Amino acid sequence: MAELLKFELVSPEKLLMSAEVEQVVVPGSEGDFGVFVNHAPVLSTMRPGIIDITEADGKKQRIFVRGGFAEVNPQGLTVLAEQAINMDDLDAAALAQEVANAEEDVADAKSDDKRQKAQETLDHLKQLQTSL
Amino acid sequence: MPNLKDLKNRITSVTSTQKITRAMQMVAAAKLRKAQESAEAARPFSERMAIVLANLSAAMEGREGASPLMAGTGKDQTHLLIVCTAERGLCGGFNSSIAKLARLKAIELAGQGKDVKMLCVGKKGFDALKREFGSKIIDVVDLKAVKKVGFADANGIASTVLDLFEDGGFDVCTLFYSEFKNVITQIPTAQQLIPATVEKSDDTEPLDLNGAIYEYEPEEDEILADLLPRNIAIQILRALLENGASEQGARMSAMDNATRNAGEMIDKLTLSYNRQRQAQITSELIEIISGAEALNG
Repeated sequence: MAELLKFELVSPEKLLMSAEVEQVVVPGSEGDFGVFVNHAPVLSTMRPGIIDITEADGKKQRIFVRGGFAEVNPQGLTVLAEQAINMDDLDAAALAQEVANAEEDVADAKSDDKRQKAQETLDHLKQLQTSL
Repeated sequence: MPNLKDLKNRITSVTSTQKITRAMQMVAAAKLRKAQESAEAARPFSERMAIVLANLSAAMEGREGASPLMAGTGKDQTHLLIVCTAERGLCGGFNSSIAKLARLKAIELAGQGKDVKMLCVGKKGFDALKREFGSKIIDVVDLKAVKKVGFADANGIASTVLDLFEDGGFDVCTLFYSEFKNVITQIPTAQQLIPATVEKSDDTEPLDLNGAIYEYEPEEDEILADLLPRNIAIQILRALLENGASEQGARMSAMDNATRNAGEMIDKLTLSYNRQRQAQITSELIEIISGAEALNG
């Protein structure tokens, strides 16, 4: 593929990645979607999940994000992640901690609306845990 | 007139003070570099966030049901002032200038008959404000144990603020911090957080979408509802990071001044020490000579 997608991964602390890649699969809150170059402009929130990046040389990279949102515009894809961890660095213990936190959130949630959101997060995390 | 021993003691004590201030200056300089780096590293996120928000709010414009975080609660009776200061002193006018700005705002608001609530981030701001506004301070966030301010810290503060907002605790929220301009200049700043002010500035030009329209997933208002609380956390994080850099900058220049002053003081004290020593020798000599002359004469 000749043309490449300009991809930027930004966390609140720093710019984590800025590269030209072939394809990125984003865990959108309403389903995963893959982005190639010249994708139609989209703005989507993300659920906790894994971003799959296929680099220009075909190498794959997997990064865990804990929510955030993704924006596709003619210039490329920008992912604003609340927290991003490379899958190689993510171990079961860290994920278990996340799950515990999420469980606490569910228990602490005051309104039904919030509880539902926290529950969704928890479900995503648990799903992730089983797939690891 | 202090005697020689006193002077000598003063010189020793000023010298050790100078050693301390010099060490503090160097530590601040090293920390400043780190703080500045992290403040700069956080910029891309908030910049992009601002662009996305601007795009979204443009799309939402004129529609019903805008989030109260954006549109406000429709009144401005209760104001929440978030005062971000440092945990430590000895950094010149850094803490007091932020506290002063917040104090002026609080007095102004009180003069208009508004209710004021305060949330202090950092001990020094609390210390400065508790005498006057003690009953109005609802919470103090202590970041003393935090070595490096991260998103989690900002998020914690943001969720406190948002919970309070949802319970109708306040209508308008303003954030006070010190913007880092350079080592010598830090500008105490007040920034309105809620209702969010979306900058329709010129530097965030609307993107040329080649005629395409943004697809929103989920709907615009849902994204916005998700995004706005996050934006609050980001703004707080940015303020904390700017503050961190400002604090170190202020401390560095304050300690530089202190070191220089101590140096001057040592010079002055040494001069008067030497003068006095000389005077003492002279008077001793005179005593000896006049004694000898009295014997000879």
